[in-house]
Amino acid sequence: MMGVNFLADLTIKGKAGLLLILAILISLPFWSSSYIISVATITLYLAILGQSWNLMLGFAGLLSLGHALFVGISAYLAAYVFSVLGLPPVISVFPAVLLAILMGMLIGYLGFRFSIGGVYFALLTIAFAELVRISVDHMGFIGGTEGLFLPVSEGDRKGVDLINLRGHPFMFYYLAMVLAFLTLAGCRTLLKSKLGYYWQAIRDDQDAAQALGINVFRYKMYAVIYSSGIAGVAGVFYAFYQNSLFPESVFGIERSIEVTLGPIVGGVGSLFGPVLGAFILTPLGEGLTELIDFLKNSGIIDPKLKLNGLKLLIWGLVVSLIVLFKPRGIWPWLSDKLGFCRTEGD
Amino acid sequence: MTDKVNKTKSEKTTGSIISRRQFTAGVAAVGAAASVGPWYIKNARAAEPLKVGVLLPRSGGQAQIGIDCQRGADAALPILKDLGYPELKFMLADFETKVDVARTQTAKLIDEGAHLVVGAFDSGATMAAAQVCEQRNIPLVVNIAAVPKLTGMGLKWVFRNFPHGPMIVKDAFVNQKALFKMTGHTPKTVTLMHVNDTFGSSLAGALFKLAPRFKMPYKIVEKISYDPYGRDLSAEVRKAKASKGEALWVVSRLNDAIMMTKEMVKQRFEPMGILSTGPGWYDQEYMKATGKFGDDVISLVPWHDSNKPLSKTLEAYFAKHHPDRQVNPNHTYTFEGIMVAADAYKRAGSTDAKALQAALRTTNITNNVTTAERITFDKNGQNPHVKNSAVQNRGGKNLVILPQSAAVAKPIWPMRPWKKRG
Amino acid sequence: MDFWTLANALATGLLTGLVYGLSALGLSVIFGVIRIVNFAHGEIMVMGMFFALVMFRWLGLDPMLSVPLAAAILFVFGYALQSTVISRVAHLPDHMQFLLLAAIAVMIVNGSLLIFGPDPQAINISYSFDSFDIGENLIIDKTRAYAAIAAVAISGLLLGFFKYSRTGKAIRACADNYLGAQVVGLKVDHLYALTFGIGAACLGAAGCVLLLLIEVHPYLAPGYTLLAFVIVIIGGLGSMTGALVGGILIGMSEALAAIVLQPSMKSAFSFGLLILVLLLRPQGLMGKSVK
Repeated sequence: MMGVNFLADLTIKGKAGLLLILAILISLPFWSSSYIISVATITLYLAILGQSWNLMLGFAGLLSLGHALFVGISAYLAAYVFSVLGLPPVISVFPAVLLAILMGMLIGYLGFRFSIGGVYFALLTIAFAELVRISVDHMGFIGGTEGLFLPVSEGDRKGVDLINLRGHPFMFYYLAMVLAFLTLAGCRTLLKSKLGYYWQAIRDDQDAAQALGINVFRYKMYAVIYSSGIAGVAGVFYAFYQNSLFPESVFGIERSIEVTLGPIVGGVGSLFGPVLGAFILTPLGEGLTELIDFLKNSGIIDPKLKLNGLKLLIWGLVVSLIVLFKPRGIWPWLSDKLGFCRTEGD
Repeated sequence: MTDKVNKTKSEKTTGSIISRRQFTAGVAAVGAAASVGPWYIKNARAAEPLKVGVLLPRSGGQAQIGIDCQRGADAALPILKDLGYPELKFMLADFETKVDVARTQTAKLIDEGAHLVVGAFDSGATMAAAQVCEQRNIPLVVNIAAVPKLTGMGLKWVFRNFPHGPMIVKDAFVNQKALFKMTGHTPKTVTLMHVNDTFGSSLAGALFKLAPRFKMPYKIVEKISYDPYGRDLSAEVRKAKASKGEALWVVSRLNDAIMMTKEMVKQRFEPMGILSTGPGWYDQEYMKATGKFGDDVISLVPWHDSNKPLSKTLEAYFAKHHPDRQVNPNHTYTFEGIMVAADAYKRAGSTDAKALQAALRTTNITNNVTTAERITFDKNGQNPHVKNSAVQNRGGKNLVILPQSAAVAKPIWPMRPWKKRG
Repeated sequence: MDFWTLANALATGLLTGLVYGLSALGLSVIFGVIRIVNFAHGEIMVMGMFFALVMFRWLGLDPMLSVPLAAAILFVFGYALQSTVISRVAHLPDHMQFLLLAAIAVMIVNGSLLIFGPDPQAINISYSFDSFDIGENLIIDKTRAYAAIAAVAISGLLLGFFKYSRTGKAIRACADNYLGAQVVGLKVDHLYALTFGIGAACLGAAGCVLLLLIEVHPYLAPGYTLLAFVIVIIGGLGSMTGALVGGILIGMSEALAAIVLQPSMKSAFSFGLLILVLLLRPQGLMGKSVK
């Protein structure tokens, strides 16, 4: 059973912690505000993407700074066929994910074939993402810079329509939660499979793995395929949650960087790290916004003061401090400290 | 009627408690308004001011235009009060010239209790805001945004008192013909430069579609689209110069208008004239930055009618509060947007969304400031009466040159060469 | 497309490319020596632009005259940044270094947002609207010409420094052989900090001259970071002449692409070129093998 396997390495304390978090997440809509739900939905979405990105770097050693590309092309495809043919996302998710995977395979293939590694591979992914962004800018049939808009209607936010991904914000929230959980469990299963051990062998010493007869190219390719595929699923979710897509805000490099932050802060190469990272960073950003608003409204600081940028300034500072003082990420440190895991760093 | 109104009130999900009920039980059943909760009753009190979310680009590339629009909104408060309209309360939101921020900011405005949203100057941002408003059942009164789709895709909560692309282009063709006839100078070729964003490309699209129908005397020889985030327009202007179009038609914003003018002067690009169907070129900031080189540009845009009584009031307000500024469409259309909201609130007698929507549909304002004979909305939420004028920059002033009924000056066409300016 | 249009476009591209080259030099120097990929590159350059803007608004100083001061201030900034912060992550994997510099970049962007606001700001100097006529048909705008001349002069100084001065030679020794440099008693930490300082000073100077050509706003930075990456990869990461050649190449090819294709496609051209170079000649046009 996936579920049993999934919990195997957690200590009693760890299981209790997980249960508590699950309880909080599931009950969130019943006691928080719609604003918190929207923040939580985006957080879960980023946790999914963090997991996907982590597969590539943490398990195949490939630093991707163009992850928004996989998300974006899948989002665009699903949104386009929905708005033109009315094809529901339940069906379009398949070609959309396939497209993301093909794009991943192309970049991965080029990277391996020409043995481009490290920073150079990162730049290759950036270049592809930017190239696609500029191309989409000029593709009139999917809106170009005008943007691609999904049809909406005034009844959209009532009820639950999972086939067309139309419904109440809570539906999106719970869907994101289910997807995040599935991603986590799936990655866990992958890691504990033969494939996962090959990945770890390759990550630890590629030459030795090769000498042992592991087909490095093939297994690295698998990591790229799983990673871009997960990003593709997240892309379909994104399109239907946001209802409008613009090349700049979908493929922009900030989007790709945003994806990397959660796992790096949480702990690259660990399973819970990306989730934890997302749950630290997004609420941190939103919390700072709320704090600044509160200070303004309560008159502690002058409400006329323009504090654009203060939030991200503090946010950058926090991230720098984490890099300088907890370079392995928060999760390995936290799980040691609290005794959540039997095997360290998982 | 009241029952229907009450029902929608409970559906409007500003607080989490309502939305949770709606989600779990389907709250359509919770009919009586009184049963829902105390803050909600407060909402319904007619004496409470209407909370109007004012969504504008207050920072980023379009900041100066967004801030200029706000001047029109601010003018509306005292003027409308004198006219006996009920009280309004503004909730200011900034979408930072980013379309995706427009989406989140609109949602935030509604979460924080805005009864109605006015905005958002930029076409892409307005589209994003319109989708949020449609889903959340909150009226959006568009101050400025020309993309035709906005009132062409069956949205029920969007009301636009501004011409859409084809309307602007049709009027531009008519005014251009009149201009060429008056001055006796007709360009045989025209080059089009447009910003590659929602507004720019939708207007360019309309232009190419409608040109054959109007049998314009010129041919459009080149269409140059440029990046809204462009750092440098020298190559774009060079391409325009090389295209050899006799006149230049531009669809742009403020900063690019300034950059383009600088490059044109530096590259000695001297077309017969510059015709603009968009913001930027008539702005005070544009004329300040370009000085004598900003003169003679003709903007084919929806201007206001100085002869209307309310225009006089608005101009007097500006003379008093912004003596260095002239009233321009940023001000007038944002002013009218607020006026439309206040008028709907007055007739609805309630801040309830459905009631406001119903009132907006029956809007009929004749005491307005722009050249539209009246403000009404058709079934798509579009005001069909909006008209465009031709306005020329002269010595730092915007002078109406067409239509002749409203003209205050004779046009200078072709424009004076760069080197022969005082 | 007539000849003079092309000639004018290429001339403009060449001049812009020289400024690009100066900026890319800053990135190349730092990578070549410290092996750190400076993801805060564009941000540091925009700091230089804001500095020149303040000097212009405050003292009416022509941005060209702000160059030495901006270079000095950013040198100190770069030196301090390397010796106190970046040196501490030298042993960490690529992605952690990337994250730190990206976080620094975020702080610079938002710090300048806090101070200067988000709106694009331009300066209007007496020659903003002027051009030189060379012969009948070649028109060069003054601001661009001045910016390019300054860029060439500063780049020349820098190349000379690395080639002939003692410190310059010592820094090159560090880059070539880290262990050897330590063995012969070079103070590597100091030299690294010096290098980062020089790279940042380069960016300060580039920022000042760039203000002559474009308006400054905080969000300008990421685009320039990317552009500089494209240039140095094409020229050869770590090669100084490569950075200059890459700058000119990108400047001219963008100018050409804008004329021949749609102007809004011009950066696609650079990214396409980047992919090709990465695949076919990852060490860049002028670089030594980097693997």
